[in-house]
Amino acid sequence: MKPAPFAYLRPATLEEALAALAGQQGAKVLAGGQSLVPLLSMRLAAPSTLVDINALPDLSHVAVSDDGVRIGALARHAEVLASREAAERQPLLAMALSHVAHATIRNRGTTVGSLVHADAAAEMPMVLRLLEGSVDVASVRGRRTIPAAELFAGPLESTLAQDEIAVEACFPALAPGAGVAFQEIARRHGDYALVGVAAHVETDGGEVTRARVGFVSVSDVPVVVDVTDSLDDPASAALAELEPADDIHATAAYRAHLVKVLTPRVLADAVHHARDRKKS
Amino acid sequence: MTTKLFGAKVPRVEDQRFLRGQGRYVDDLLTDDPRLLHAAVLRSPHAHARIVDIDVSDVLDLDGVVAVWTWDDLTGPMAEPLPLLIPHPTLTHGRTQYALARDEVNYVGEAIAFVVAVDRYVAEDAVARIRVDYEHLEPVVGIDAARAARRTVHDDVPDNVGARMEQENGDARAAIAAAPHTLTLDLDIERSACTPMEGRGTVARWDPDTSRLTVWSSTQTSTGVRGCVAAKLELDLAKVDVITPDVGGGFGVKVVHPWPEELLVPLAAKTLGRPVKYTEDRREHFISSAHERAQQHHVEVGFDDDGRVLGLDVEFWHDHGAYTPYGLIVPIITSTQLLGPYKPQNYRVAFESLYTNTVIVTPYRGAGRPQGCFVMERTMDAIAAYLGKDRTEVRSTNFIQPDEFPYEHGLVFQDGRELTYDSGDYPASLAKLKELVGWDEFEEFRAEMAAQGRKVGIGLACYVEGTGVGPYEGAHVHIETSGKVKVATGLTTQGQGHQTAFAQIVADTLGVRFEDVEITTGDTRKMPYAVGTFASRAAVMSGSAIHLAALRAKEKALRIAAEALEASEDDLEIADGVVSVKGTDASIDLGTVAVLSNPLRYAFDEASKAATQFSVGDPGKPPVAEDDEPGLEGKDFYSPPRSTFANGMHAVIVETDPDTAEITILKYAVVHDCGHLINPMIVEGQIHGGVAQGVGGALYERMAYDESGQLLNASFMDFLMPYVTEVPTSIDIDHLETPSPLNPLGIKGAGEAGVIPSAAVFAAAIEDAEGFPITAMPISPSELFELRLAHADEPHPTSPSLGS
Amino acid sequence: MSAPTPEELHDVRLHVNGSVHEVHVPARRLLSDALRHDCGLTGTHVGCEHGVCGACTVLVDGRPVRSCLMLAVSAVDSEITTVEGLTEADGSLSPVQQAFSDCHGLQCGFCTPGFLTAITAGLEENPDPTEDEAREMVAGNLCRCTGYQNIVKSVLRAAEIQAEAGQERS
Repeated sequence: MKPAPFAYLRPATLEEALAALAGQQGAKVLAGGQSLVPLLSMRLAAPSTLVDINALPDLSHVAVSDDGVRIGALARHAEVLASREAAERQPLLAMALSHVAHATIRNRGTTVGSLVHADAAAEMPMVLRLLEGSVDVASVRGRRTIPAAELFAGPLESTLAQDEIAVEACFPALAPGAGVAFQEIARRHGDYALVGVAAHVETDGGEVTRARVGFVSVSDVPVVVDVTDSLDDPASAALAELEPADDIHATAAYRAHLVKVLTPRVLADAVHHARDRKKS
Repeated sequence: MTTKLFGAKVPRVEDQRFLRGQGRYVDDLLTDDPRLLHAAVLRSPHAHARIVDIDVSDVLDLDGVVAVWTWDDLTGPMAEPLPLLIPHPTLTHGRTQYALARDEVNYVGEAIAFVVAVDRYVAEDAVARIRVDYEHLEPVVGIDAARAARRTVHDDVPDNVGARMEQENGDARAAIAAAPHTLTLDLDIERSACTPMEGRGTVARWDPDTSRLTVWSSTQTSTGVRGCVAAKLELDLAKVDVITPDVGGGFGVKVVHPWPEELLVPLAAKTLGRPVKYTEDRREHFISSAHERAQQHHVEVGFDDDGRVLGLDVEFWHDHGAYTPYGLIVPIITSTQLLGPYKPQNYRVAFESLYTNTVIVTPYRGAGRPQGCFVMERTMDAIAAYLGKDRTEVRSTNFIQPDEFPYEHGLVFQDGRELTYDSGDYPASLAKLKELVGWDEFEEFRAEMAAQGRKVGIGLACYVEGTGVGPYEGAHVHIETSGKVKVATGLTTQGQGHQTAFAQIVADTLGVRFEDVEITTGDTRKMPYAVGTFASRAAVMSGSAIHLAALRAKEKALRIAAEALEASEDDLEIADGVVSVKGTDASIDLGTVAVLSNPLRYAFDEASKAATQFSVGDPGKPPVAEDDEPGLEGKDFYSPPRSTFANGMHAVIVETDPDTAEITILKYAVVHDCGHLINPMIVEGQIHGGVAQGVGGALYERMAYDESGQLLNASFMDFLMPYVTEVPTSIDIDHLETPSPLNPLGIKGAGEAGVIPSAAVFAAAIEDAEGFPITAMPISPSELFELRLAHADEPHPTSPSLGS
Repeated sequence: MSAPTPEELHDVRLHVNGSVHEVHVPARRLLSDALRHDCGLTGTHVGCEHGVCGACTVLVDGRPVRSCLMLAVSAVDSEITTVEGLTEADGSLSPVQQAFSDCHGLQCGFCTPGFLTAITAGLEENPDPTEDEAREMVAGNLCRCTGYQNIVKSVLRAAEIQAEAGQERS
């Protein structure tokens, strides 16, 4: 299990990195590498060139503002998780990040990298979708912002062009009166979830005015379902949009069952969360 | 003997090097040798195919590639199939693979070509460039397909049956027919594997100056590898040294030998005149190193109103994979050790050992016993449920009693000897276990939990394990003139702390300081006669041999010291390396005794000066007496008449989540009897590890093959070896020490025990929690959920208890 | 298939355990392999090469990282600590190493270096862990021998040794 050969560039500026990427058809970006390097070692990915962005300046930020949390391409999961300000501004970040693999992986893996890896079994792509965040990408052609709803093209496939680098992700702040929650069931602690569920609710005077639920591992791409109008049976509404599948760890029926178990629980947690925030 | 260190929790001497990162595992060797070459293997991507053509023409022009072998390049014995290590008369259709596939591949992962290059990266590049034309054949995957035999793995093995074997004591079928009650059970266990943290690995160096081959291998048998390498490479045994360095876990898989690479690496090293290393990677370990466990059982049992088994008839089907290099050891052990601590009046067992197009099956810690224990204990639970009796009561009724030892089962065990238990006290063990787990208080706890909407269950399982299987082990004890004691035994070590436990035995037996004893294992240069480390045999076999060898050295030391001190041997004692005359100040260091034992012509240091020809000896006698040898040494071998039988009982309390079907372990209790404990700390460590491996086997791990014979979970991502978060937060252990009468130390093996009852004990507890039978293991939350659906229509029992 | 051009080698300065190692490696050389084969630091072990087992865990700028999931060329700007670097300057065992010996926290020793590095960093962050926190500290490392019971004890014992040493110093 050793990678196939590739050329390697370690640019010192974003401009150089973008130029390198633009000039190489088979080039790939290396950030944390926690998903990419295993793929290289198993020879399931064989890029011609790796553009290592770890030496780029000014991309390690976890910047918290009134609007939300802006996470630079080189901010490690652990750094995002450690940010109290980030957790206060958008509590779902920490709730979900603590389920991302193990601490050692979080020390190196980047949150932005996880987003553009676009794994529907991973927590953060779904969280970005649920929170209606976005990713800023750059290329020699310029910069653009991709809303989360347009980021995920298919299994392990984002809508970034080959020459684009995701430089920053934006997770909007949790609005007053809103609440979030996250739960997942995995075979082992730290494994990809069999099913993961996050909820985002908005309340007004104790009334839920909007409720949305995001799902991990029950579809090919991260799916978010608006259940505002089906709060009496949110899981059934969600299942209509989901495609739970059999794999070696769980049957589709079991996954659907977990959706039924977790969805109301997580929604209730999110409503509690909204209520508790109001109190404090 | 004095028992100063024997039985003490002595910290391990090997830890010092491991903790500093100074262990030397096989992949650590020769790393600074610039001539070292690295190997990679092309493995079959297909479960069943004929090889039409192999084209390696693109390989050799790759920069850094040194050589490539396919079967066509092999000659002499190397071109013959690998040995069938343990033949058996009923293994009528034994088959083994070639070191490199000849014209057919029979499992995904079978070795086809061997590339040697300047580093492993380039070697893998080269492997990717080899082109093979295959003619696809339909694979046989799983026991059902093998039994159905609509197609066969080997053209010349009808119905995929490698062996049919039957043993019977009494007339089981007649007894069942006549019994007041009968039950039938169908039970399943899936594939799993050892997966030590270090995979296999071999390094070899050919020395052209001395025409000697040195092989380092991560093996459980140095002498076994040596014999095979010498035979296959047509070298004199004396020209081959095999050294087992530190080994990162074995659990059985490394006792198989020779693995193809254990021959190909030495072949390459000798051919190329450069050292060669092969280090198996994790994916290779999953698809080319042995698996175990998969069996299907059909049980018929007849019993009386007390639950006493009057007749037990078991038929089972054992999946042995694509080849049978290790013979029938696993199913024979299942068929005999299934009996556990019980004495069914009549027992018949018959099995078929079946070919499938999957990785070979050879012993994995427990070696067929977990399956046997599962079957017997499920049967006991079924009887208890049927009669509405407490599960411990039914077991008690069937136990062999303490006054019935030695107990003869009337069957033949895996070593070809009679299955005769040497000692044990099962009722005492059960009493301890009930106490430890709170068996009698469980119903209260269940009610308490039920009041909170929580579902719990309790289970227990008992096993007996034949340990310390022969034929023999030996030891050589050498007391140097410094007083230091160098001990060699030939079996290998892979984490059991032999350097510590064996030194404890030597220190006590000889009367020397523990720190002065150094143990060497698994080095054929130091001890060429040995078998290996498997079947919980190291402590029993080498421990006993070391004790005997130390006694011989002691005998000689006393003889020489008595002469020097002008005292009677009976008046001497040895403590802390000093021989003294009891009750006097007269004494002599063992080091000095060693000097005296070796009459010298030349002085090279102060100690040797004292032994030169003008200093010692009676000028009228030969310096070394006719019946004596120079040096203060002792050598001996231990070869027992038969195995010694350890036993134990586990109990577990589990909680099953009513909504998610997740299974949580609330309490795990172990009562363990392996005779006298040399080092209780090490024994408990073995139990902890076994229990965790058992949790893996019962709740997490399996080999998930698809219909085409692809292993779908050949990684630690998907083969769910437990982390700390999946094992019990504590394991309550109690020991019973029923000594074995078969060896001088009264010890029994402890290595495998922890894993044997896992499938049985978890199935029992989950069944108890859920109220429906658990007949297949391992079990995942998804499977438990599906079982709940399947049983949803049944009337819910008022108490889910099945007789606890 | 034509032979590719010879692979480019990179000069990489690795800072390991306070020393500088100048290695000459292709871009694809995993940090684990560079440490073991190019720096001769074979205490770091390779158990899976896909980042799951944790045997290869080293400290990169003080934080535990899987060395099999990093390229050596990508480690140039970092200070790396391997198991060899945990031992005290006078050659004695560090508190974590000593605790493993005290508590029988290892058997075959293959996974041990990954545990030792992870726990060393973990105790730096949380010097007085509860049993649950101790468990969490080692939750990303696989061990096939010990069943983890004594590893968790070792974490708690290491915290004790560190606390005692701290008291002695103050």
